[in-house]
Formats: sequence, C-alpha cells, structure tokens
Amino acid sequence: MHELRAAFPKTIPVLFGYVFLGITYGILMTANGFPFWLPILTAAVIYTGSMEFLLASILTSSFNPVSAFVTAIMVGARHLFYGIAMLPKYRGRGPLKVYLIFTTSDETFALNYDAEIPADMNETRYYFFVSLLDQCYWIAGSAVGGICGTMIHFNTDGLDFVMTAMFVSIFMDQWMKDRERRRSHAPELIGAGCAAFCLAVFGPEHFIVPAMILILAVLTLGKRKLEQDGSDVVSGGDLKNREDFRDADDGI
Amino acid sequence: MQMTASEMGITIGAVVLGTVLTRFLPYVLFPEQKHVPDFVRYLGNVLGPAVFGLLVIYCLRQTDWITPLPAGGTRGIPELAAVAVTAVVFVWKRQMIFSMAAGTAVYMVLVQVVF
Repeated sequence: MHELRAAFPKTIPVLFGYVFLGITYGILMTANGFPFWLPILTAAVIYTGSMEFLLASILTSSFNPVSAFVTAIMVGARHLFYGIAMLPKYRGRGPLKVYLIFTTSDETFALNYDAEIPADMNETRYYFFVSLLDQCYWIAGSAVGGICGTMIHFNTDGLDFVMTAMFVSIFMDQWMKDRERRRSHAPELIGAGCAAFCLAVFGPEHFIVPAMILILAVLTLGKRKLEQDGSDVVSGGDLKNREDFRDADDGI
Repeated sequence: MQMTASEMGITIGAVVLGTVLTRFLPYVLFPEQKHVPDFVRYLGNVLGPAVFGLLVIYCLRQTDWITPLPAGGTRGIPELAAVAVTAVVFVWKRQMIFSMAAGTAVYMVLVQVVF
C-alpha cells in the first residue's frame, strides 16, 4: 500500500480541482431539472469534465445521438494524444491496463505521464491509485453538487484557477526536465504557440481541434529538425523512450 | 426536458461510446505485440510537452484581454500575474502543491478584492 501513500499527495491538487468542478457540474445538472443521480452516473461513465458540461445542454435539446457521438469524439480528441504519449508507460500493465486507459483524464494523464516513481514501488499500482483517487474525487464532487444542489453559498470566485496553476506547474516541470537533459524546448513552445494562434483565429469555443491538427502538422514537418537539434537531443529522447518501453515490461 | 428517458439513455450511451473510443483507439491500433512505428514513438516523446502548452492556453481561453476593469487594467492582469507567480514558485520550490496554492491564492485575492 505504500504506492497509495506515495500517490495520494500528488493527487491533492486534483482533489481540490475535481471536487470544486464536480460540485459545479452536479449543481448545473440539477439546476437543469435532472435527478441527483444523473451527474453521479455520468461522472463515473463519461469522466470527461468538458464533455459532461456539454451534456447538460445536449440533454435539454432535441434527440440526436449521432451529433452527441461526434461531439464526444471531437471533445475527447485530446485523449488520442494522451494515449500515444502513454503507450510505452502503460505497456504490460496486465488486467488493470483497461482501467488505466478508461480513466485517462487530463489531470490523471498529467500526473502519470510526469510521475517519478521510486524504484521500490510497483509502477502499475502507483498508476492505478492515481487514476482511482482522481476518479473518486470527480464522482464525489459531482455527488455533493447533485445532492446539495443550490444550497452551497461561499465566495469561490477564482478557485477554478487551481486547474490553470496545475497545468502551468507541469509545463514548467517539463521545461526544467528538458533543460536538465539538454533537450530542446521546441515541443513545449510549439504546443503553446499553435494553441495561442488557433485561439486567436478560431475563438475560445472552437480552437482545440484546429490547434491539435496544427500541433500535429508542425511536429510532423519538424521531425527531422527536432531530432537534429543537437545529436544529444535525439539520442537522449530515443534512449529515454527505449527505457520507457523496457521498464514497462516489468509490470505485473 | 424534450427527451424521453430512453432517448436520454441512448444519448448518454453515444457520448460514452465516443469518449471511450478516443481513449482506447491508440492502444487498439498499437497492441503490445505490435512494433510501434518510429514516427509514433517520436510523437509519443514530443506530444506530452506540446499538449501541456496547449492545456495552459486552453485554461486561459476564456480570458478577456480587452475589456477594461473598474480598478484599471484589463481582465488579463490577474491571470498573467497568477500564472507568473505559479511559474516562479514552481521553479523556486519544485513542488506542485506550493506553486498551485500560491498561484491560486494570488488569483482569488486579485479577482475578489483588487479587481
């Protein structure tokens, strides 16, 4: 169980973020006239915050499951990125792998991708506890919001910034790790730059899919350049990757 | 509510199916026995950092950079200040919980008290 003890402190930021957002989601659903258990159920089976907030408006409009399906794929498209990035880390994780993949939310991906697991710990169990705790926080928040409805009153203005702060911290962590390993900062800059460009062009509601396509295109076109960016960059990156693949085979 | 209970069930099912598809597709395309192409490995290496850049921008997407605030300045100032505090505290302490607490506290004070 020492994996749980190691995983829990890392998930505390997510605890605050998810409980707060989950409560907001629960309140939103009950305010739209849905029963209290619906936000709890959808929190568990969809487990994609942005999609769930959209679901509130989809369920109050006319019946169109095809449109709902396409929307879910568009909103969830970033999971494709997470999946490709996590392929080596989730290799050889046994039966728990299905659960790990199912619970890859933005924050769980961030924590598990960024995790430095001590050598004496079982990596699979560490990944599992991070995933499980995060999902519990989200469901618990949605349950509190759904059950308490509109009874909650306190000045929470600005508390949602906790999510932004988390991604900024992880971004900085990646940045510093790349510097220590003498790797290029180009991927970070390409990600932020393409996203900012698409936000300016497409606006806040529609920029995420074009941004992902642009990031993919720039990374593809820049593959040779990025790999040439100092030979240590390539070998460092590739070596790291190979280690990831090898380490993953040690799972249960 | 215009939908019947079964229509709502189908709609939720469609959303679950779409979401699950996005999560499992990479693992279905590249099962464990199958060699992962060099290009996909490369993407796996560079997509992580790139996605975090994207997510930072995503979190700030609703920021109104133009409308002036009563106290002067624009809506973007609390965001920029809090992002800067978060980044500086992280570089200083290298602990996510400190940088997040500091950044969020600064942001809450700025939007509730100052602006």
